[in-house]
Amino acid sequence: MTQIVEMKSLNKYFGSLHVLESIDLTVEQGEVVVIIGASGSGKSTLIRCINGLEEYESGQLSVDGSRLEPKGGNQQALAEIRKEVGMVFQQFNLFPHLTVRKNIMLAPMKVKNNSQVIANATAERLLSRVGISDQADKYPSQLSGGQQQRVAIARALAMEPRLMLFDEPTSALDPEMIGEVLDVMRELAKEGMTMMVVTHEMGFAREVADRVIYIHEGKIVEEGKPADVFDNPRNERTQAFLSRVLAH
Amino acid sequence: MESQFQFDWQAAMDSIPFLLKGIPYTLLISFGGLAIGFVLGIIFGLLSINKSRFLRWPATTYIEIFRGTPILVQVLFIFYGLPDLVGGPIEPLTAGISAIALNSGAYISEVVRGGVQSIDKGQTEAGLSLGLSRSQTFWFIVWPQAFRRMIPPLGNQAIVSIKDTSLFSVIGVGELVRQGQVYIANTFTAFEVYFVVALMYLAITLSLSLILRLLERRGVASV
Repeated sequence: MTQIVEMKSLNKYFGSLHVLESIDLTVEQGEVVVIIGASGSGKSTLIRCINGLEEYESGQLSVDGSRLEPKGGNQQALAEIRKEVGMVFQQFNLFPHLTVRKNIMLAPMKVKNNSQVIANATAERLLSRVGISDQADKYPSQLSGGQQQRVAIARALAMEPRLMLFDEPTSALDPEMIGEVLDVMRELAKEGMTMMVVTHEMGFAREVADRVIYIHEGKIVEEGKPADVFDNPRNERTQAFLSRVLAH
Repeated sequence: MESQFQFDWQAAMDSIPFLLKGIPYTLLISFGGLAIGFVLGIIFGLLSINKSRFLRWPATTYIEIFRGTPILVQVLFIFYGLPDLVGGPIEPLTAGISAIALNSGAYISEVVRGGVQSIDKGQTEAGLSLGLSRSQTFWFIVWPQAFRRMIPPLGNQAIVSIKDTSLFSVIGVGELVRQGQVYIANTFTAFEVYFVVALMYLAITLSLSLILRLLERRGVASV
């Protein structure tokens, strides 16, 4: 199996705060890894290290064969990695001055030098895949939150990434819109996309994840198949966390 | 003593053709200066938010100096002072345009800085995560959004600079106020002539406001 992500004793600090503490983690091609944990535990920081939105202080990190150096070294590798890794954000971060179509076309045209015709065809194909073909010429502010997040997913997919990172993709959504976004993610997983998902949606994690990772205070405390982690958590911190989030 | 003053409409009307000759100079100094000021503003505004301290320092120095001294002193310095340094006279028109450029450039730098900093960091992160380079992310994503937010304060600055050109009558540029002074020297109709001069400034600034409002409205739907 091909390893898409390989992290070895990775450490990250915010000032004196040790946010990630010697993290060892590998993600195989096609795997769906869901990362859970309390807010402030470092789970978002962890996936943000993978595409270099956060720098790390020590350890090793390779993504799809490119070695990312600590402290933002090796810009060349970083550029390669960002072409191969898509990211979906909690706040969508769509470009408000561009139409939905242009949001999706921008990166393929500027990064991959795709022609307008090809980029447009890609945009239309992806919009129909996430079920919003009819909104292509609207601006993001004219869409619902759920639609915006689906556009954000389409925008990331337009670069044909080998890995998709999801940073709490449903946390900013009204409850009735969470389902439509999770459906798209579920489809993506089924099609074999390698995914790392930070989420509080435990139902999604149980159903879709190949592996669940529980992070507590910057450390991987528990890791395993969803059934094992959710039904028989070994670590008492995992037990406490799960009893809090699953109780309601 | 009772005032016998009566507004002399004929005198006001008569002054118009002579005053109008000043308008091309007023417009040339304002918009020539503002165009250069806009370029300076982009350069120094972006430098002032650069990560490197060595680039920030000259930018903030420039901004503080030209924002912190009166434009009248600046133009007097350029017109009367600089010739000593460069060893030759400086045209009044050149001095005027330079003063507006340097002065508005300092204010526009701050407008640029504020506009760029007001754009959410998530926009940059989204651009970078898609594989765009830092400069692509800036020019395709951050700048267009920042520029729309900069339109109202830029309009403000344009109006201030247009009015500032009136000070350049002191170095003898034949702009609007200078024309008025020359005219009054012969006719002694100060009230009427300055009234017309004021109206002419108002006509210029109101047209500009109108254009800016239209420009802004066009951009509203998309942000």
